[in-house]
Amino acid sequence: METVQELMRGSRRALARLITLVENNDPRKEEIMERLFPHTGKAYLIGITGSPGAGKSSLVDRLLAEARQNGSTVGVIAVDPTSPFTGGAILGDRIRMQEHALDSGIFIRSMGTRGSLGGLSRAAREAVQVMDAFGKDLIIIETVGVGQSEIDIVGTADSTVVVLTPAGGDSVQTIKAGIMEIGDIFVVNKADLGGSERTVAEVSMMLDLKEEPGWRPPVLPVVALRGEGVAALWQALMEHRRYLQSGGLFESRRRERAGRELGELVEFLVKSRVWESIRTQISLDELIEAIALRRQDPYSAARELLRRINFPF
Amino acid sequence: MSEKRKIRVLVAKPGLDGHDRGAKVVARALRDAGMEVIYTGLHQTPEQIAETALQEDVDVVGLSILSGAHLTLVPQVKKLLRERGMEEVLLLVGGIIPAEDEAVLKQEGAADAVFTPGTALENIISYIHENIGQLP
Amino acid sequence: MAEELQRAEKEWRRRVEREKERPGPFETVSGKKIKDLYTPRDTADLDYRRDLGFPGEYPFTRGVQPNMYRGRLWTMRQFSGFGDATDSNRRYRYLLEQGQTGLSVAFDMPTIMGYDSDHPRSAGEVGRCGVAIDSLEDMEILFEAIPLEKITTSMTINGPAAVLWCFYLACALKRGIGLDRVGGTIQNDILKEYTAQKSWIFPPEPSMRLITDIFAFAAREVPRWNTVSISGYHIREAGSTAVQELAFTLADGFAYVEAGIEAGLDVDDFAPRLSFFFNAHLDFFEEICKYRAARRIWARHMKERFGAKDPRSWKMRFHTQTAGCSLTAQEPENNIVRTALEALAAVLGGTQSLHTNSMDEVLALPTEKAVKIALRTQQIIAFESGAAHTIDPLAGSYFIESLTDEMEAEAESYFERIEALGGVLTAIEKGFFQQEIADAAYTYQRAVEKGERVVVGVNRFASEEALNIALLKIDAAVEQKQIARLRRLKERRDNIAVAEALRRLGEAAAGSENLIPHILKAAQLYATEGEIISALKKVFGEYREQPIF
Repeated sequence: METVQELMRGSRRALARLITLVENNDPRKEEIMERLFPHTGKAYLIGITGSPGAGKSSLVDRLLAEARQNGSTVGVIAVDPTSPFTGGAILGDRIRMQEHALDSGIFIRSMGTRGSLGGLSRAAREAVQVMDAFGKDLIIIETVGVGQSEIDIVGTADSTVVVLTPAGGDSVQTIKAGIMEIGDIFVVNKADLGGSERTVAEVSMMLDLKEEPGWRPPVLPVVALRGEGVAALWQALMEHRRYLQSGGLFESRRRERAGRELGELVEFLVKSRVWESIRTQISLDELIEAIALRRQDPYSAARELLRRINFPF
Repeated sequence: MSEKRKIRVLVAKPGLDGHDRGAKVVARALRDAGMEVIYTGLHQTPEQIAETALQEDVDVVGLSILSGAHLTLVPQVKKLLRERGMEEVLLLVGGIIPAEDEAVLKQEGAADAVFTPGTALENIISYIHENIGQLP
Repeated sequence: MAEELQRAEKEWRRRVEREKERPGPFETVSGKKIKDLYTPRDTADLDYRRDLGFPGEYPFTRGVQPNMYRGRLWTMRQFSGFGDATDSNRRYRYLLEQGQTGLSVAFDMPTIMGYDSDHPRSAGEVGRCGVAIDSLEDMEILFEAIPLEKITTSMTINGPAAVLWCFYLACALKRGIGLDRVGGTIQNDILKEYTAQKSWIFPPEPSMRLITDIFAFAAREVPRWNTVSISGYHIREAGSTAVQELAFTLADGFAYVEAGIEAGLDVDDFAPRLSFFFNAHLDFFEEICKYRAARRIWARHMKERFGAKDPRSWKMRFHTQTAGCSLTAQEPENNIVRTALEALAAVLGGTQSLHTNSMDEVLALPTEKAVKIALRTQQIIAFESGAAHTIDPLAGSYFIESLTDEMEAEAESYFERIEALGGVLTAIEKGFFQQEIADAAYTYQRAVEKGERVVVGVNRFASEEALNIALLKIDAAVEQKQIARLRRLKERRDNIAVAEALRRLGEAAAGSENLIPHILKAAQLYATEGEIISALKKVFGEYREQPIF
């Protein structure tokens, strides 16, 4: 595992290669992740989500400048959807961040949702761990907040920023359920457009209705294109971080995340091992045909399959 | 248990011209052929292109140049890729490239292939599939 | 009568249906379905005075001048420029000697993007796609021994249009020619840069301010200057259909009119100086109808929507260039024929000036011989073909009139969509134009690949013949020469005065006064283009695109 050693010595090329290996579920992946694990757990993870066109990439671009000014090194994972029909993707988020391409304190990686086996949340989480082991102080994951798996990814961040735009004629009520729950900070981007004050007020009202003790997510107007309000966002992020650390929430959140991760990994390992055995030992066609012709029910067929590979119940 | 390896391609426009019709059509065709295309937009410097290729760990870099600056820009991108240990990355060039310049670029080992106007998208796709070599 | 016609047509249709048809598809190059036959029934609603009118008469469908080419032929204006100012000056004098009647300057990419030749980003690009101009000094060399008061000059420049224009004006002033005696056009159409040509510098708002500043200054001081050439050419080259070219260009035009009115100008003060620039693509009839529809739409909107009273504000005058994207690298000689057909469409469509592409432009900048053939193509149309004898000769054709109507209606429906999105600037921000153009370009390319669209010598009737035409080589030494000239200039000029002028310009940019006098002043002191643009960038910032696929 030369590449892991190179990573430890600070090789950006090794960082890029290792992300590819974990993203592709390379056979060496488990070993890589085991060796990296002792070096992880130091980075602060920020999730940024919001609907397409909300200006997330521009916001990340501005946050990068802010983070660098404050002396942090940053890794970015920018996720764009993969076409379900062709499996291909155009990953164009980093176009907004290209001014930072030559800053050695910043590493940007684009990922497609790909959307097979284990899903995006696993791949993105592993990429985060590689960047963490590399020594990035701060890791930002940017996703389009449409699919559940994407909400899951940002949901695992230490601080999650939900980016909205002035709702125009629409009410904030139409904002996807699920996304309101995960936000630690809300940003109303393009605040120079009309209706932004109303959006800020409506989101604030919804948050006040929750009446939960502790952190009340701030709602911040921002104009990412001009950098307005970005310093305030940075302050809010740092404040949230202090809040988590002081109240012991940081540890409990991470514990929660570790539990979820463990569960997902077990599921993933079982699933992939089981299917591997099935594929190498049994031809499925017969069983499928039998079910399709309604000669056998799928429940007994599934049990029969597992029996045949000696799966212990 | 490894998944099918995805081919990753960086499509970039170095130099100052803004004619991105070709770059975008190619990007779309490569996506439709199942590849992951990283698009960095217009007016990229050779340094930005090489650094992006490194961070994105791409298998192919496709440059689109219509401004006539190919003899300056392409060898520079190749040199910067080499410096980053990425000499094996396929470097493709598309645009208005006269035949003699094409020969120069290939001789110097700067470009692996040159696609001039009128090239079928299918040819670009099959070139990538045939020349991508043994992927790790 | 109408019933009798309908019955006869039905009978004919029955006979036709028994015949076999070629596989087709029978579509324009834009993918528009075309019927096999047009009859009086297709033009039954046509009202001659309302929809066509006489030439030089509202709504100008038949042309903007009463006598069109019987009075004066179109201006033969070959776009050219390469190398340094000395090289291009030689080419211009050659073209004028060959009978060309106006000049059209092509700038190199660094000039177009607002960088001086010695900027690191300019490396490899100096003098490649056009002529390198860094300061008034280069402009003086470019027009040496060319009488500025006798010719008109068109300059293809957008982001830094104000700066290059001021170089030209400063050049005239230095020769003692009053600004009211110089005429020409600056392209100055920033909107299509964001959607198609992608040579932008500043964000949309300050760019629009520079444009309205030019409107105001020209109205006062340079009355013979066309302050903007609203361009569909690049929209088409980026892959749009003919209707998209028509609709998006006119929508941009309306946006400039609105900006001028919002800046407090009277519409009739600046609208007569707006001009247009269209593509001439290969689909002969579609192109002719596009020009006719464009004139009618512009006239109707200017009169009825913007309340313009001066008939000159209603007239759409336009330049045309044959389609670069229709040329092929394979068998380049065929491009002469393509260009000839396109040029004829532009003439039959009533263009005011015309550039014909050279056969080798898909391979490199054109050689002198290729440029000569291209110019001769126009001269043959003008003097041998008879096409210029009669005005709008295709008017009244069932096909032409009904296609003109259809294109107008389709453009109107685009205007409604753009309006619903919140206007041109918002539609740009939302990527609407970019998406429409990208989709059309991709659809077209796919059709070519599948062989549904025939490109002779490329996907049909192709031969393996090796290329054997001579190409123009740009000497790499041009770049060094230009950089050296720039360095000498910076040593020679009054650098304290330059710095002061640039400081004043920056101040003015932060406020709201007209910027043109400040830019002109800096130009006269030999401030470079890069210096002037940098001063403005500090205040205005730079634009970054949202890519659309």
